[in-house]
Order: sequence, then structure tokens, then C-alpha cells
Amino acid sequence: MRKFKEFIIEKLILICGLTSILFVALIFVFLLKEGLAVFKAVTPVEFLFGRSWYPISEPPQLGILPLILGSLLVTLGATVISVPIGTACAIYIAEITPLKIKEVLKAGIELLAAIPSVVLGFIGMVTLVPWVKNIFHVPTGLTALSGSVILAFMAMPTIVSIAEDALYSVPKSYKEGALALGATHWQSIYRVILPAASSGILAAVMLGIGRVIGETMAVMMITGNAALIPQSFLQPVRTLTATIAAEMGEAVVGSEHYFALFAIGIVLFVLSFIINVTADLFLHKRNVQ
Amino acid sequence: MKKTYLSQKIAFSFLFLATLLVVVPVGLIVVIIVEKGVSAITWQFLADIPRQGMRAGGIFPAIVGTIYLVVGAIIFALPIGLLAAVYLSEYAKDNFLSRMIKLAIVNLAGVPSVVYGLFGLALFVVFFRFGTSILSGSLTLGIMILPIIIATSREALESVPYLFREVSRSLSASKWQTIRHIVLPNALPGILTGTILGLGRAAGETAPILFTVAAFYLPQLPKSIFDQAMALPYHLYVISTQVPNVDEKIRYGTALVLLTLVLFMNLVAILIRYRFRKKKSW
Repeated sequence: MRKFKEFIIEKLILICGLTSILFVALIFVFLLKEGLAVFKAVTPVEFLFGRSWYPISEPPQLGILPLILGSLLVTLGATVISVPIGTACAIYIAEITPLKIKEVLKAGIELLAAIPSVVLGFIGMVTLVPWVKNIFHVPTGLTALSGSVILAFMAMPTIVSIAEDALYSVPKSYKEGALALGATHWQSIYRVILPAASSGILAAVMLGIGRVIGETMAVMMITGNAALIPQSFLQPVRTLTATIAAEMGEAVVGSEHYFALFAIGIVLFVLSFIINVTADLFLHKRNVQ
Repeated sequence: MKKTYLSQKIAFSFLFLATLLVVVPVGLIVVIIVEKGVSAITWQFLADIPRQGMRAGGIFPAIVGTIYLVVGAIIFALPIGLLAAVYLSEYAKDNFLSRMIKLAIVNLAGVPSVVYGLFGLALFVVFFRFGTSILSGSLTLGIMILPIIIATSREALESVPYLFREVSRSLSASKWQTIRHIVLPNALPGILTGTILGLGRAAGETAPILFTVAAFYLPQLPKSIFDQAMALPYHLYVISTQVPNVDEKIRYGTALVLLTLVLFMNLVAILIRYRFRKKKSW
């Protein structure tokens, strides 16, 4: 009897272990099921490289190039801001600060990661957006630049915590060796520790970028949502994620617009899949060494 | 020689500056929201329904909605996530299957939140015909927080020393008895931390509930899990972008309530982990 009970429990545990595979598969299947139907109306090339997104005109124009470029522009801006700052912060926390302060700093960064994106979007709307408008004398502060700055803050916790992990797990003997050869602390950091942790830092950067591409609410609230091919950082843009979030409410289930939004979901899913698998490879590489 | 130390000084000051750039805004955000929002927090604000097209009154239905959603999500995600973690830490061998499971978890954690929203819409709302309801929203949020719960629980389980298991097995306890009576109790604080972090994440997310549960304006409380509900993050989004002329005080007040809820849970999680780490004698 006890054996039987144990058998049941172990099977249950196995099933639960498999659920994550099941859910990834389900997500992919349902995105495909709803999204592929759009290709009855447009070809994949027209969809990905079409220059106009007018989903409710007659006939609808379903080209997502402006949205892809919008996402890329905002992501690029956020990466340029968050990668140097995030990496520097990770170095400071991993190598320089004393243990007591380290705990506090790490807690602070965890709290930054915890702030809901809608709250960051709101703060961006009431503080950053008017600043951008006044400083650059542009007609609206709802620009790609504002989006990049707020998104940088969403990427930084990811970058800092993973990069800090990578730096911290470099064997202490590397650093001691460098110091024994007469290197200063800083020399040992950027000549020895940084190169040794490089694949972990790369993974951190990729996961940060993944977070930025997938971010929805803050971006929708402060980038202005104009579905045009962006020309500069000081213009409103619209991202892939914001398009889904803003338009799905009005799209009729089963319409071409509805299918197109799911097809955008496929693009996002595939992007995040590639980013996460690659980042995982980099993290794994570090563990093997 | 002097020059190398000078360059170290300069480098370290830049690193310090970067750290300030990350940490100070967190403080600033909290200070701004508290300063401008605290005057909005009255009993009436917390316990009343929104009135005059959300330009007055309170946010009670949104608070209740968020609590329902979060509780629903955790009821779904905690048992599955915990058992999945037990599988990975206690049963899984280092083979193809367990590598696939780990990869799947990494991917679940990376899927954009709005894609979870689409998935919830396609699977729960349309395919299972649950409609736009608390049930659909909770399940969607539950799947989204699953990777957090699995990762933290697994870490907690794996930090229980191997020796504990060996001793228990040598006293002829079965594998499951060992897990049930030795491993799980010792991993409890870590599991609790993960659960609270999951709760906080679910409470703050907006995109997954946009098309699965969130009601723009619903001046009454939901009566069953098949009803729509208001939710705090979505309500904040609505009153800051969709409804013109909302008093700033109400916006800041709503942001403050949401931020307090989420940060409080995270602080509790951090404290539990910190105290546990100090107390741990192995």
C-alpha cells in the first residue's frame, strides 16, 4: 500500500516536472494556431517588411516593419544606456563594496526589478516626458528616447544581478595571482576578472535585451505609439509589444487584425526564444570551465 | 606607479557613480510616489468604488480584483511549481529530459508578458470558453509566475545538505518520506520566499490580464470566478492614459497603493531570506 502511494506521488511529481515543457509547447501551438491564419491575407515577406500598418482600413494593410524598427530603436537606446551602467554597477558590487553595503545594494536592485512596469510608465509620464519635451524643444515628450531611458531601468536589474553573479564566481585565485604579480586592484579587475567573466556578462546583456524587447506597459505609455517608420530618437514610435496590447482589445476574434496581432506574438516569442537559449548557452559555458 | 593608482581611483569613482545611477532612481521613484500619493490615501479612497467616471471615489474593486487574481494564480502555480522543483532537485538525472525541462523553464521566464496575454486569450478565453474572467486571468498569471516559483524552490531544496537525505534513508525512510519530512521542512523558508516573490510579480503585471480578465470600469465586486474584475495595475494604466482629467492625486494614490503592495511583498521575501541565511547552521 505504501509502495503504491509512493508510486502515485512519484508519477505526479514527474508530471509536474514536465509541465514547463508542456506550457512552452502550448504557448507556441496556440500562437501558431491563431497567428498563421494571417498569411491567407498577406505573404510572410509582406507581413515582415511591409511599410504600413493600417489594420482597420479596408482592405487592411498589415506590414509590421515600422513596429519592428520601433522595437529595435527603443531597444538599441536602452541597451546603450543600460549595458555600461549595469556592468559598472555589477563590478562595483561584486568587487569593491564591503559585504554589509553589498547586501543593501543588492536588495535595492531587487526592489528596482520589482517595481511594476505600469508604475515605471506612470513615473516616466509625469517626470521624464515633460523633461524631454522641454530640453529638446520637441512637440511631444512621448518619444523613443523617453522609452529607452525607462526601459534601461528595467534592463539594469537583470544585467546587474546576472553579471554580478558571473564576476563573483570567477575563482578567487585568479585575482590573488594578479595581485601577487603586482597588479593594482583595478588592473586585476579589468585585465583578469572581466575577461574571465565575459561569457556570463554577455549572457547578462542578452537577458537584459530580452527583457527590453518584451516589455509592454511602460513602453506603451511613454513612446507615443505612432506606427510610422522612425527617423530619430526624438519621435514617437510604436513597438511590437505595445501594438498587441493597445489593439487586441478592439480586434474582433477571427478577423485579420486579430490574426495579425497573434502573428506579432509569434515574432516576439521566437525572438525571446532565440535570446534566452543563446544566453543560456553562454551561462552554461561559464559553468563548464 | 602613482599613475596606476590614479587610474584606479578614477575607475573606481566611475563605478561608484554608475552604482548611484542605478540605486538612486529607485529611491527617487519611491519618494516621489509616496510624497504625492500619501495625501490621497484615506479610508474612503481604499474602501469606496470609483465614481464620476473614475475621477472621484476610491479603488476598492481594483484592490479586491488584484487580491482574487493573485490568490488564484498562486493556488494554481504553487503546487505545480513546487512539485516540479522537487522533480528537478530530487529525481531528475542529468539527461536529455532534465536539460529540456530546464531550457523550457528558462524560456517560460523569458516569454514577454504580453505574449502570455495572447496565450491566455487563445487558450483560456476562446478555446476553453472561460470568457474574460478571473479564472482565465489567474491561470495566465499562474503560468507566468511558474518559472519564479520553480527556480527559487529548487534552489531552496538543493541547499539542503545531501547528508540529511542520507541519514534519513539510512534510517529506512523511503525517498518520498525523506522529501516530505526532511527536505521540504528544511527548504520551507526558501520556498516561502519564492512564493512571495511570485505573488508580488503577479500583483504588478498588467499585460497578461489586459485581454483575459481586466474590466475597464466595474463598480461592483465580482461574484464568481467567471466574472470580470478590475485590477490595480490596469486601473492605474486606465486612469493615467485612457481617462482625461483625472485628478493627479488619484493617480498618485493608486500608484502608491500598487507600489506599496508589491514592494512590501518583496521586502518580506528579502527579510525572510536574510534571516534564514543567518540562522542556518550548516
